[in-house]
Amino acid sequence: MNKHTDKPGFFAALEDSPSADTFLRGLWKDNPVFVQVLGMCPVLAVTNTAENALAMGLATAFVLLMSNVLVSSLRHFIPKQVRIASYILIIATFVTITDYAIMAISVELHKSLGAFISLIVVNCLILSRAEAFASKNTIGNSVLDALGMGIGFTFALLCLGVVREVLGNGSVFGFGLFPDTFQEWIVMILPAGGFFTLAIWLLLFNILKQKRATT
Amino acid sequence: MKEESLWYIFINASLINNFVLAYFLGICPFLGVSGKLETATKMGGAVTFVMLISSVCAYGINAFLIAVGAPFLQLISFIVVIASTVQLVEMFVRKMSPALFRALGIFLPLITTNCAILGLALFQTQKGYGMVESLVYALGAGAGFTLALVLIAGLRERLDFAEVPGVVKGTALTLLIAGILSLSFMGFAGLGG
Repeated sequence: MNKHTDKPGFFAALEDSPSADTFLRGLWKDNPVFVQVLGMCPVLAVTNTAENALAMGLATAFVLLMSNVLVSSLRHFIPKQVRIASYILIIATFVTITDYAIMAISVELHKSLGAFISLIVVNCLILSRAEAFASKNTIGNSVLDALGMGIGFTFALLCLGVVREVLGNGSVFGFGLFPDTFQEWIVMILPAGGFFTLAIWLLLFNILKQKRATT
Repeated sequence: MKEESLWYIFINASLINNFVLAYFLGICPFLGVSGKLETATKMGGAVTFVMLISSVCAYGINAFLIAVGAPFLQLISFIVVIASTVQLVEMFVRKMSPALFRALGIFLPLITTNCAILGLALFQTQKGYGMVESLVYALGAGAGFTLALVLIAGLRERLDFAEVPGVVKGTALTLLIAGILSLSFMGFAGLGG
């Protein structure tokens, strides 16, 4: 069953137990953004600064966690025919909660994320985890899966957000990095920059994968 | 709200703030079904159709929800309307053209989770558009989505014959093209006044 026994050390020990594997998978091997290419819209749209990226990642992870828990605990009660509709309703409920919570915490943040908080509803990542994992597994495993995927998603968003903010604005989380003479790459904050940054990250991942395959 | 002409709304939604290339909405089908020109055109048509219907419904629902004082139900009711519209389109397509049904595959039911459609419903509410304005906005957004999809499908069909290094192939290449397209669409800024 376990095909990773050839990996030495710490991670191999962890991956021996199925739940640890469930958690780690989302972080790296099945990273939702870089490997599965799911939930692209927020990945590109709100990663113009590291702060937005982090907020979006956490909000998505929260919705993912809650909906996974609920879907998993209701998995024996939801009839098969209406499952997608039920999942979407569950997700939409938690997104509405998140939307109002963010507005209560910081109006400014709510403004800069705009409609994209509501659009978490249609993030394919959340629905795909509900359908592919939570509806077939125990609550405990679903929580681990959601945590892994959520953290992996946040990590990917941060990867993009940091690069775009450093190049486009010369700062990280709003702190300036460079002297005033630094010429900002305005294009990186613009939509086109999002496409380019993600393309380059995917390229890096492809190269890594290829190297690992050949060695 | 400042008065906007219908023509401006259309140009704005389709070119200046293209849903795919400027707002990043509907990226999943954009990456998924843009391999072939023909499928891309039909996908664009299906999405435009769903957009038009759900735009009208969203307008009605929003007016109703504000009247009964339950705006927090907005998101849930929008998504239900969209899901049922998509179901309708799916049944229609399966009956009328099984070949198209197979070509669109999983991406047809996935229109439900196409952010472009929910985004449209949310934006038109945010901007306070009326019935006619919403319809024009939906038409523009659909046209813009189809345009972007067709453009990228054409480019990708060409690139099938190009010699591309192995690591760049696939999603990375599509994203690079999309980036360049997005750059060129920035040239439309300021159009329509």
